[in-house]
Amino acid sequence: MLHFDLADHYQRGSSRIHRLDPRIKVIGAFLFILVATLLPFGAWPSYALLFVATLFIAQLSGLGAGYALKRSFIVLPFALAAITLPLTVPGETLAQWGALTVSVEGTVRFVSILVKSWVSVQIAILLAVTTAFPDLLWALRELRVPRPLVGIVAFMYRYLFVLADESLRLRRAREARSAAGTGRAGGSLLWRGKVAGGMVGNLAVRAFERSERIYNAMLARGFRGELLTLTPPAMTDSDRTMLVGWVTFLAMATLIGFVFAR
Amino acid sequence: MLPTSFATHVRSILSHRLFRLSGLAALWLMTTALHIPDGFLSMPVSLVGWVLLIVAVVYALRQTRGQLGERQIPLMGVLAAFVFAAQAINFPVAGGTSGHLLGGALTAIILGPWAAALVMTCVIAIQGLLFQDGGLLVMGWNIINMGVITAFTGHLVYRLMRRVLGEGRNAMLAAGAVGAWLSVMMGAIATAIQLALSGTSPLEIALPAMAGVHALIGIGEAVITVGALAFLYATRRDLLNIGEAAPGKASANWVVIGLVISLIIAAFSFAASPEPDGLERVAEDTGFIDTALDPLYEIFPDYTLPFIGDPLVSGILAVMLGTLIVFGVAWAIARAIARAPSRRAGA
Repeated sequence: MLHFDLADHYQRGSSRIHRLDPRIKVIGAFLFILVATLLPFGAWPSYALLFVATLFIAQLSGLGAGYALKRSFIVLPFALAAITLPLTVPGETLAQWGALTVSVEGTVRFVSILVKSWVSVQIAILLAVTTAFPDLLWALRELRVPRPLVGIVAFMYRYLFVLADESLRLRRAREARSAAGTGRAGGSLLWRGKVAGGMVGNLAVRAFERSERIYNAMLARGFRGELLTLTPPAMTDSDRTMLVGWVTFLAMATLIGFVFAR
Repeated sequence: MLPTSFATHVRSILSHRLFRLSGLAALWLMTTALHIPDGFLSMPVSLVGWVLLIVAVVYALRQTRGQLGERQIPLMGVLAAFVFAAQAINFPVAGGTSGHLLGGALTAIILGPWAAALVMTCVIAIQGLLFQDGGLLVMGWNIINMGVITAFTGHLVYRLMRRVLGEGRNAMLAAGAVGAWLSVMMGAIATAIQLALSGTSPLEIALPAMAGVHALIGIGEAVITVGALAFLYATRRDLLNIGEAAPGKASANWVVIGLVISLIIAAFSFAASPEPDGLERVAEDTGFIDTALDPLYEIFPDYTLPFIGDPLVSGILAVMLGTLIVFGVAWAIARAIARAPSRRAGA
């Protein structure tokens, strides 16, 4: 999808969550989403626990409990992928309009999927806004993500903003050359598509040529095919305690989910 | 077994209404494309995606390392940034919506399938990690659908069509167009199958909705890909030959064949899978599924037995057949275009 807002979402801070070892944050976020996915449909008490946990983490990170909440609605459009469930899952009738029967089971499942998705995206948001990107990359590398892959992602991140600028310049140039009535685009659809395609090709050439220059500059500075990092953060005992607490909480939520499921 | 022919009857009416509903759903889905958020795929399905992704990435890293050496990191990194930025170049379509590039096919045509899969992996991973476009646990499938499948489909179709159509500029553009369109279609079909396997959306709705929307989105993809290829052909023709020289092409064919086979198996496993899923079992034991059910119903509660046979299989066959027909038509048109005298009288 489109990212006009390419700005880094990281929020500078010095809260307990910001200072937490990035490896623990990555593992913690994944475990949380794992549990949210694993929970059976209709496990409302567990969903509530997970939701409260996201508020708590947001509060602890100094961003305010509502921070992730406000930005978590981006998953809503995808709800459409599951919207037919109340009509297609057989079960007790909740409501009926003509031939359309809304079943209790289907509704439970639809709402459950939405809630799971919603709490998951909140924790993903919190991970992204409390962890500086270089720290995140370092954590991924420490967690055995292949080094060249992390290197490529690091590079991509470095030049993302440069190339986004290039593409914005291309777009500005197109707009400057395209006079059109308000609310009307000029030319045929095919022609507009071709222009956009030409811009993409243009951007590709610029990217290739830039990568050549970058590579030469790196060679001149002694690059030998691998990226190095300085100063890795250290894991403290209180970091470990927090992980243990988090895992205990998640295990509890899972247990409650399976015992008290609808 | 669920009760009787009355339920059967009601459901058959339903499915017709839902086909119309899916049209509405389609419009909405255009805004979300293929990024699946967490929660929409079940645990087993998500984990399979991760396993496939890890295998693909490890192999892609080895292939590109052999191809590019120490150039690997800077070149792949900058090109990943390129795809990300290229996705922001849009063109107005209608009613406030706009078309833009996914990029898998284009990168695969330029760089070869393995390098393209790697580039797309980075793009989609960052979209998920930083911008929450697509979830983390489902990231395996998001990358496979939008990166790996698109790259390999685009590359294979492009090469096949070039072999048939020949060398000229128009042949190249036609091959690029068909490759780009089909790459998006394949990604969409794969997504629909995963949603259905997870019990999030019945296949008879997800498949036509996803395939229908992405038949349109694919046209946008094809137009931009062609525009980009035409530009590259005019300015830096040498760049278009990088992919031709890329190694691992034979293995690429096997990957595509494997993907197609696994998609088919996944689709038909609806009708065949006899083992109850572990998690569903737990859910059932704890009272979530409290009706008396046969094993099939436990796995995919959407499907009662009388319905598994007909609409499902025929739905799958219809989409496959439709894709084949469109492919045939596109092929015929492409051949006609390629035979017409080229303005640039390409190489």
